[in-house]
Amino acid sequence: MAESASDRYPLELTVNGRRIRRDVPGSRTLLELLRGDLRLTGTNLSCDTGDCGACTVLVDARPSTSCLVLALDVDGSEVTTVEGLAARWHARSSARPPALHPVQQSFLDEGGAQCGFCTPGMIMAAAGLLEATPDPTEAEIRAGLEGNLCRCTGYVKIIRAVEVAAKRMRAAGDPGS
Amino acid sequence: MSDGSAARPARPFRVIGTRVPKLDAVEKVTGAVQYLPDLDIPGMVWGKILRTRVPHARITRLDTSRAEALPGVLGVVTGRNVEQRAFGYAKDHFALKGDLVRCIRDEVAAVAAETEEIAAEACGLIEVEYEELPAVFDPEAALRPGAPQIHARFPGNLVNFAYRFTAGDVDRAFREADVVVEGTYRLNYVTTACIGTMAAMAQWDPRGNLTMWSTTQIPFLYQRDLAEALGISGDRIRVIQPPVGGNFGRGLDLYPIDIIAALLARHVQRPVKIVFDREEEFVASPTREPCVFTLRTAARADGRLLARDAQVLIDNGAYVSWGSTTPYVMMTTLAGFYRCPNIRFDTTIVYTNNVYSGSMRGYGNLESTFAVEAQMDDLAERLGLDRLEIRCRNANRPGDVTPQGLRITSCALTECFDAVGRDIQQPVERPLRPGWRRGIGYAGMFHVGGGARVYRSDGCGAIVKLDDFGKVTLITGASEIGQGSETVLAMIVAEELGIPLGRIDVLNNDTALKPWDVGVHASRTTFIAGNAALLAARDVKRQLLELAALQLDEPVEALDVEDGYVYATAAPQRRMGYERVVRAGHFREGGRILIGQAFYDPPTQMLDKDFRGNVSVTYGFAAQAALVEVEEATGKIEVVRVASAHDVGRALNPVGCEGQIEGGIHMGLGYCLTEELRFREGRVLNPGFLDYKLLTAPDMPEVLITLIETVDEAGPFGAKGLGEAGTIPISAAVANAVKDATGVRLTELPMTPERVYRALRQRPS
Repeated sequence: MAESASDRYPLELTVNGRRIRRDVPGSRTLLELLRGDLRLTGTNLSCDTGDCGACTVLVDARPSTSCLVLALDVDGSEVTTVEGLAARWHARSSARPPALHPVQQSFLDEGGAQCGFCTPGMIMAAAGLLEATPDPTEAEIRAGLEGNLCRCTGYVKIIRAVEVAAKRMRAAGDPGS
Repeated sequence: MSDGSAARPARPFRVIGTRVPKLDAVEKVTGAVQYLPDLDIPGMVWGKILRTRVPHARITRLDTSRAEALPGVLGVVTGRNVEQRAFGYAKDHFALKGDLVRCIRDEVAAVAAETEEIAAEACGLIEVEYEELPAVFDPEAALRPGAPQIHARFPGNLVNFAYRFTAGDVDRAFREADVVVEGTYRLNYVTTACIGTMAAMAQWDPRGNLTMWSTTQIPFLYQRDLAEALGISGDRIRVIQPPVGGNFGRGLDLYPIDIIAALLARHVQRPVKIVFDREEEFVASPTREPCVFTLRTAARADGRLLARDAQVLIDNGAYVSWGSTTPYVMMTTLAGFYRCPNIRFDTTIVYTNNVYSGSMRGYGNLESTFAVEAQMDDLAERLGLDRLEIRCRNANRPGDVTPQGLRITSCALTECFDAVGRDIQQPVERPLRPGWRRGIGYAGMFHVGGGARVYRSDGCGAIVKLDDFGKVTLITGASEIGQGSETVLAMIVAEELGIPLGRIDVLNNDTALKPWDVGVHASRTTFIAGNAALLAARDVKRQLLELAALQLDEPVEALDVEDGYVYATAAPQRRMGYERVVRAGHFREGGRILIGQAFYDPPTQMLDKDFRGNVSVTYGFAAQAALVEVEEATGKIEVVRVASAHDVGRALNPVGCEGQIEGGIHMGLGYCLTEELRFREGRVLNPGFLDYKLLTAPDMPEVLITLIETVDEAGPFGAKGLGEAGTIPISAAVANAVKDATGVRLTELPMTPERVYRALRQRPS
């Protein structure tokens, strides 16, 4: 299954605000591109079948399980990973580095992370949810996180963290999507 | 009691009892944390394990030549080309099986290659021929004469452990009882299903020293066991524990992945990393042990318990790991939870060709509590007693000694039931839907809360070092597996030293640096490692004050530390920043460094040959109530609310306590409602999250938590262990709630809609 140069295709996309150009094999997933080629290891591999959400990133503001997305399918897209989430917030609010994104800050404050392995995916799913739905009900938050499994927290503090983040983002006057 | 006990500062707490975010939370929310799969070291190659295709067979041909010829492959190891030693609790297997395979997770060969993809491709090129042997997958069938034999050394497929305990006169008690209830409870295979899979990375240096990066939670016992399996001495192995994506007992034993990584690395003379994929994690990481629990309970007309008689059949699987030792804990609940004077407990543990189980959070106690608490409800029903009243009438109380000799000290079990009885009755906003029934169920538990003397030592070491810039480093033997231990240990040190929490670092992941510890298990870390950290902090504080006495020209007794300053208690304006005191020690003639240390090993006993002894300094108690709704037409259960009250001794970090309880409830509800590793002829049918169903965010009920502080005299600032408690009673509480709602007693887990539906259909009208 060795790939020859001719199996590679040009790919151009934006990852965390930076333009990336690479020739990649057709079989390469977005998760492999992020973790392998770009060494952005904050996004975790857990099931590789799109069932657990640990690899969730934003593709053009939409939460996506990057293990199921081929890198070439997001050619031209804007991808945000957990490493780029704070900067995404700085660009759309009055917050300045090193401030965290409100979802990151509220996960920290409320105890939303234990082992932390699901956390980047969970945070990206929550951030995507809040960009689309700035004032969600509890049921909407739960539904928005349905695709993200956590084995440590029972989701209680995660749901609370998203509620707190929503409030803070509205207070900060986030223009939303 | 030790000196570490009952520390009561003269001043109010500054750190203890406050809600402190985990020290590693910033790394975790920014993605900066590096788990084992994220680590690469120069020269590293990837390992991949080939497992058997059939559950019981003789390997007749094993040809690795095509795999070895694949470009990018560095080497292949099998049971035939490397030297290895038997390992495991009963020394009943080898990491690589050279001759016989006995279950579907068995390792036949392993490949090291430049990429993970090449390693996987090479595994597919290894040619293995098997002569299939008759197999047995049912423990009862495995006991019958003529059943296939799993190990020649263990005739009749009996694991040679006997867990037999008797107290009082059980037969007489049953004869004289006013009421007897009985039942058989079938408890399923489940698995820890950690979001981060098992992984191991091995690197040998030219002198023959091995560094292992591992997901283990028992680094020092692992060091010993791995050394034995490799035939080297333990001092040659250094164990590094990167942050881990969950464990929950999974890392309590040495497993083949670790040995194979080391063998491969030695074989190819390169560092080797193996990371389980999700399917492997389901097939080849340890499970909770499946069992059939048969119980009879006798009581008087007033509800007081007279006797229990239990027989447990455990499917050991093909090899012995911790799963078959869970009767230690089952027995403790059977013989100690609620006051019951006459006890008989016995087990039969059987080898089969199924996968084998290890330890998993709650460790035997979920199983035992499920049976015991089902029968508390059955007794209440037969006797016409209130279900909380019968529990409180039999509740353990401070000063009790159980028939096994467990000494109950602090105990707020009755108060826990009062709390959940109150909370579960709060109004439910949503109206009951047509066709649904609503019910409430209760269950309680007790579990070791002051360590557990399972090994000859239950100790943990701690070192507290003060440096020139005012940094305090706690070097603890305890392991962080996501549960928040490093945060609570830092809080203990900050409180005792009078130094702000932000100045404390914790070093806890390298056997070359940290002092010895048994490992993370039995909800012991806050209590045991906490006492060790407290004693080490006290030691270094004494040294700090001695040095400050010279600087401030005051007697030691006249000094204390607060908010980072050493000051004279009679004249607080006479003070010095503690870092200046430390620096003065470094730069003066005849100087000194400030390092405190302690080893805390609690005053407890191992169980003796009759299973008697006080294994823990103190015990944790809890009660849970579940409010459920059951749809009559489909058998679907929805858990609407769980109330969970815990005697925690003292809540050192309430946010951590709640997190353990909430996560425990999630895991316990999964055991109860949806999770089941399903097998056919020894093969796992559902090795993925799509078919092995963890509860999702919309599935979780409302959770109402009460933390009850009994301030245990032996605990660090009064704390007791809590890590497993949330998991333990919930399945019993839900089963009792389903009975309350529908009149049907479910005796098999998980309570899937299909099982509930069938039970409802068989209900006498």
